[in-house]
Amino acid sequence: MLLISCPWCGARDETEFSCGGEAHIARPADPNALSDAEWADYLFMRKNTRGPYLERWVHTAGCRRWFNVARDTVTNEITAVYKMGAKPPRARAKASRRKR
Amino acid sequence: MKGMTRYSIFSLVRNAIGYHEGWPRAWRSPEPRETYDVIVIGGGGHGLATAYYLAKEHGITNVAVLEKSWLGGGNTGRNTTIVRSNYLWDESAALYEKSLQLFEGMTPDINFNIMLSQRGVINLAHNLHDLRELTRRVGAIRLNGIDSEVLNTQQVKAMVPILNCQPDARYPVLGASLQRRAGVARHDAIAWGLARAADARGVDIIQNCEVTGILRDGGRVTGVETTRGTIRAPKVGIVVAGHTSVLAAMAGIRLPIQSHPLQAMVSEPVKPVIDTVVMSGAVHVYVSQSDRGELLLGAGIDGFNSYAPRGSLPVIEQQMAACLELFPIFSRLRVMRTWGGIVDVCPDASPIIGKTPVEGLYINGGWGTGGFKATPGSGWVFAHTMAQDRPHPLNEPFALERFTTGALIDEHGAAAVAH
Repeated sequence: MLLISCPWCGARDETEFSCGGEAHIARPADPNALSDAEWADYLFMRKNTRGPYLERWVHTAGCRRWFNVARDTVTNEITAVYKMGAKPPRARAKASRRKR
Repeated sequence: MKGMTRYSIFSLVRNAIGYHEGWPRAWRSPEPRETYDVIVIGGGGHGLATAYYLAKEHGITNVAVLEKSWLGGGNTGRNTTIVRSNYLWDESAALYEKSLQLFEGMTPDINFNIMLSQRGVINLAHNLHDLRELTRRVGAIRLNGIDSEVLNTQQVKAMVPILNCQPDARYPVLGASLQRRAGVARHDAIAWGLARAADARGVDIIQNCEVTGILRDGGRVTGVETTRGTIRAPKVGIVVAGHTSVLAAMAGIRLPIQSHPLQAMVSEPVKPVIDTVVMSGAVHVYVSQSDRGELLLGAGIDGFNSYAPRGSLPVIEQQMAACLELFPIFSRLRVMRTWGGIVDVCPDASPIIGKTPVEGLYINGGWGTGGFKATPGSGWVFAHTMAQDRPHPLNEPFALERFTTGALIDEHGAAAVAH
């Protein structure tokens, strides 16, 4: 059972949420310009990582807002929750290291 | 079959005289050789069936089956043992019916009792839409020459007296579909029987041997790296339910698969109360009774990706609540144990069986929640695909390319397990 910290509502039970799958998949700017294989890659192909994974969740039975979660798919440990549009934790960590 | 003790009433009597201490082991445990003609990654039912039919149907016996753990220790030993072929679309109907027919002949074929019990599978309809959809489904299935029939409430009640068929029930039973040839089979026996039969034909079954890399030269496969060293082969088949994406990624192949935990559970053993299999896709219950008397119940998948072979409690609670509405008589029973397995689900709930962009590398996976019933059929078509380097007409529609062409085979409705 997961305890998920909604960025707006705080820690809530897993049953209040729905998982939206892999995060940070950008919709192609011009879908008509893509080949069938590129479109299939966007539409269907997923990383399905064993280990640290970035995914989207929505607080279905709460504020109904979307956000991102960094979760380990083996241990189910949630290492970060961050808002839509924010950079994933690893990218942020890299950026802050560069600043220093 | 060289070197294999034939199991029969005579061998049973002969060994009974020796207090059953003289049984030989069922298959060898060889050291891996350096090269093989074919490597099958995954020693579950599908992988073992692939190896068996490679040897039997295609004469290819220089085959290694590599299993990271022990035989049938993954989803083969974790499913709810249901076999049936009542699928909606022509492509699936043909494949699963082939599998059911192979099951029907399997016990004498491999000289191992797979305990196939064709006790029928009932799918319930709880509302008018369910009933219409189910009637359409039965019609489509019958057009494919597969036995299927519609039952009314009284007929269901007669077959399953313990089912709550009261009109004021929370999930009223308006009718059901029935496939009489469907039923259950003993999953361990299928893994052990196929292993023994494949071994007898010369296949090397290598347990505790995890594949850690897939070797390629240019665009073609040359072998695998394992925890027991490098093993080379010009043809490699990935048959690893639960880890298909992980293995495919070793060869740089992206798949449309998501891995989820799927749970099941058994009650304490009781006297016979249900002699068929009852499924309800709408409220998510499937029930059968094992030969030991335990009620075998299946739950749904967790809604998020996970490789942890244990699921969330809410999923079990949900299935149990629905189960008790349908079978109030179960309310005092205790659950003995629950477990989970990782299932690889494709966007259309149909498997991927075929070639890959890497020459000599083949994939058989993405069976979602319904792989067990396909065990022999899956192995049979995959052996053909690997031996001939082209798919059999039965598995041609299940190629990875269907996600590019758009020719999906949408079987979400047939699975009876919500994805």
